[in-house]
Amino acid sequence: MTEQGDRERGAEEAQREVVEERKGGDYAPSVADSLAFYQRAGGIVTALMTAVIAFLIGGIVVLASGSNPFSTYKAVFNGTGLNWLFPWVTGATRATAALNLQQTLLLTTPLILCGLAVAFAFRCGMFNIGGEGQYIVGSIMAVWIASSFVKMNGPLHIVLTIVVAALAGGLYAGIAGFLKATVGAHEVISTIMLNWIAFWVGSWLFALGGPLQSKANGASVPVSNDIVQSAHLHVFWGDPVLQGLHVGFFIALTGLVVYWLTLNRTTLGYQVRAVGFNPEAARYGGIGVARNYFRAMAIAGTFAGLAGAIDVLGWEFRLNVNDIQVSNIGFIAIAVALLGRNTAVGVFFSALLFGALLNGTSTRNLDPTVFRPDLAGNLTLIIQGLVVLFVGADVLVIWIWNQRRRLRPGRAAAVPSP
Amino acid sequence: MSTPELARSRADWGRLGEPKTIGAAGIAAGVLAFWLTLPPLKATSLVVPVVVGLVAVACGGWAVSAGAKRVGWGAVAAGLLGVGLGIAATNSGRANLTTTFAWSALIASMLVYATPLTYAAMGGLWSERSGVVNIGLEGMMLTGAFFGIWGADKTGNWVLGLLIGMGAGGLLALVYAFFAIHLRTDQIVGGTAINFLALGITGYLFIDVYGSNGTPDLSTGHWLHGQSIPDIPISQHAGFFQTAFGDLNLMVWVSFAVLILTYLIVFRTPLGLRLRSVGEHPRAADTVGISVFRTRYAAVTLSGMLSAMGGAYLTIGFVHSFNQNMTEGRGFIALAALIFGKWRPSGAFAAALLFGFSSALAQRLGTVPHWASYAVLFQALPYVLTLIAVAGVIGRSIPPAADGQPYSKQ
Repeated sequence: MTEQGDRERGAEEAQREVVEERKGGDYAPSVADSLAFYQRAGGIVTALMTAVIAFLIGGIVVLASGSNPFSTYKAVFNGTGLNWLFPWVTGATRATAALNLQQTLLLTTPLILCGLAVAFAFRCGMFNIGGEGQYIVGSIMAVWIASSFVKMNGPLHIVLTIVVAALAGGLYAGIAGFLKATVGAHEVISTIMLNWIAFWVGSWLFALGGPLQSKANGASVPVSNDIVQSAHLHVFWGDPVLQGLHVGFFIALTGLVVYWLTLNRTTLGYQVRAVGFNPEAARYGGIGVARNYFRAMAIAGTFAGLAGAIDVLGWEFRLNVNDIQVSNIGFIAIAVALLGRNTAVGVFFSALLFGALLNGTSTRNLDPTVFRPDLAGNLTLIIQGLVVLFVGADVLVIWIWNQRRRLRPGRAAAVPSP
Repeated sequence: MSTPELARSRADWGRLGEPKTIGAAGIAAGVLAFWLTLPPLKATSLVVPVVVGLVAVACGGWAVSAGAKRVGWGAVAAGLLGVGLGIAATNSGRANLTTTFAWSALIASMLVYATPLTYAAMGGLWSERSGVVNIGLEGMMLTGAFFGIWGADKTGNWVLGLLIGMGAGGLLALVYAFFAIHLRTDQIVGGTAINFLALGITGYLFIDVYGSNGTPDLSTGHWLHGQSIPDIPISQHAGFFQTAFGDLNLMVWVSFAVLILTYLIVFRTPLGLRLRSVGEHPRAADTVGISVFRTRYAAVTLSGMLSAMGGAYLTIGFVHSFNQNMTEGRGFIALAALIFGKWRPSGAFAAALLFGFSSALAQRLGTVPHWASYAVLFQALPYVLTLIAVAGVIGRSIPPAADGQPYSKQ
């Protein structure tokens, strides 16, 4: 407690100093200074503000297309099933809410893990755009292993599938890490390329005449074999036939704990963070920068590969070409990690936010009399884009936050506008 | 043989004996090994590709031993690949080969597929040469694609449609520029956001305006009245030249002009020198009185307009309709072409042609019975090649020095 308290007090003092210095007029803190300060003092403020701004602009878009933003957002919220958490919701509404919440959490599960994949690389100073490719590679491996070895013992089969898929994701991301570590190739470029390679190879594998296409139905459908029944993950909430919530959700939660422990309580995590803060200083301190680039990228890919495996074993059970081509879990994960400030808790909440948003605006869950669901899916994309845009622009968000202070009566006179 | 003697004997041969030249000849021989087995020559004997390919490997081996490692290994790889593909070609049916490798049609279709890539790659070149990484090319292209067809449909005039598309792309780029330049957002994050936004906005408006029926199609006849960009007929004589270049879309020719103009302005005028100086060393440029911010704003906006031209070509020049996310990663291929071409117009154009050729080949492969499934796999080729390129196998790709770094005045 005391350490935390001290830090907050220190931050308050720093804030007072900044304000006083600003009043003095002889020193204007640079934008970067105030940014660094707010990162320390109120990291959560910018994240919340970002989400609020994005939803506000989203509301304007809704208004512009002639619907009521309040009732639209309320309908979206009810579609997410989060109203299940309210004790006063009872009866049939509660049953529907439970079904919806199961769907939301099903979407939250891969978002958490892919968000961790992006966040872990961020902590090492790398931008992993390749979450999508690593997720696809993980799910391809999962579908392949889980639909082969038909006579294998169920739990063993599940463990084997998950381990192989996670390793495959890790290796795939490791390519980008290896290239960065050895020849200095920028990880953004290489992960984008790896995404599209996974996209097309995945499309080829299950397409008509592809090597992993199912031979059932005269091989006329571009889909993989179904995974064996014994390899399905156990559904602990809801009906297994109606896509109830499976135990993979707890694997994702465990992933959050592992993420936090690895970063904050292990030598590896210390090294990764040191490289992320300042590669030169880390090198000077005797930390192998290149080695950590590779390790961080491989670990990141492991999270994303795990996400793919869990989705396949938990509710997809098979993959078709369309699944691969329309999936954008790995891209939404970028927004998840950025909004969650690359912390475990932050990633959980922003994954829940985006999982809820995706589910609440889906055609099945949104009340069509309030807002057209076919438009709502695109509204989600716009909100995602705005979140990513504003999350990157802390300076703007902080500026807006400061305007609030300036508008407060009495302060307006004290802080002269520039 | 001692070193001075070796040097002398090489000098006798002049540049022809240089290891690099031999290596390059090896690469050419490797390509030749495959080409000889294709129409129109169609060597049916296995001996031809194997012998020519082995010559390539030998050239490569010698070049490696003489010190030109990169070119040498390239020649060895080209030789082996040439032999492999050559054997595959001699074993496959003649009819299949003739269908797939109709060169004139392939060239025409290569140009069609390369054109949107060229526009977006030139756009990316402007932006990145000024020091702003543009991951958002895909989004700007998509915006141009939607607003291009929307404008052409509503005004009934393709020129206005193209301009509206360019305006929309430029506007989106301006938003990105504000975030990347003034607010100093991480440019990768900003570009990712632009891609999301463009996908959402175009999808939203598309459904809002046209509903699930989609945009009007060429087949309805609605498009015959000046809404689509016209093709340019050149000659009436049937033949190779006519099939390849005779009936290309106007935008294909305009893309050549854009390419040449980009080269001339960026590399041959004071304006271009200023642009590049901002991208290499903004502090120095600022010191001599060049406005870093203004240059970057102009470059990024232009980049959005050019990418949008590529997108508008897709909708009103080529496909004649719009679909959600119809660019399907073409913006990223353009980015790949730019990197593959080492941030130079000629290189980027060559890469765009190569990638266009692979798309064209994939399309033709799709029509051959047993090869159709591999056509899908072929789409991954540009990305694999670029990955190899950034790995430094084909010479390192080095971006402008200040690419991706926000600039702040002191």
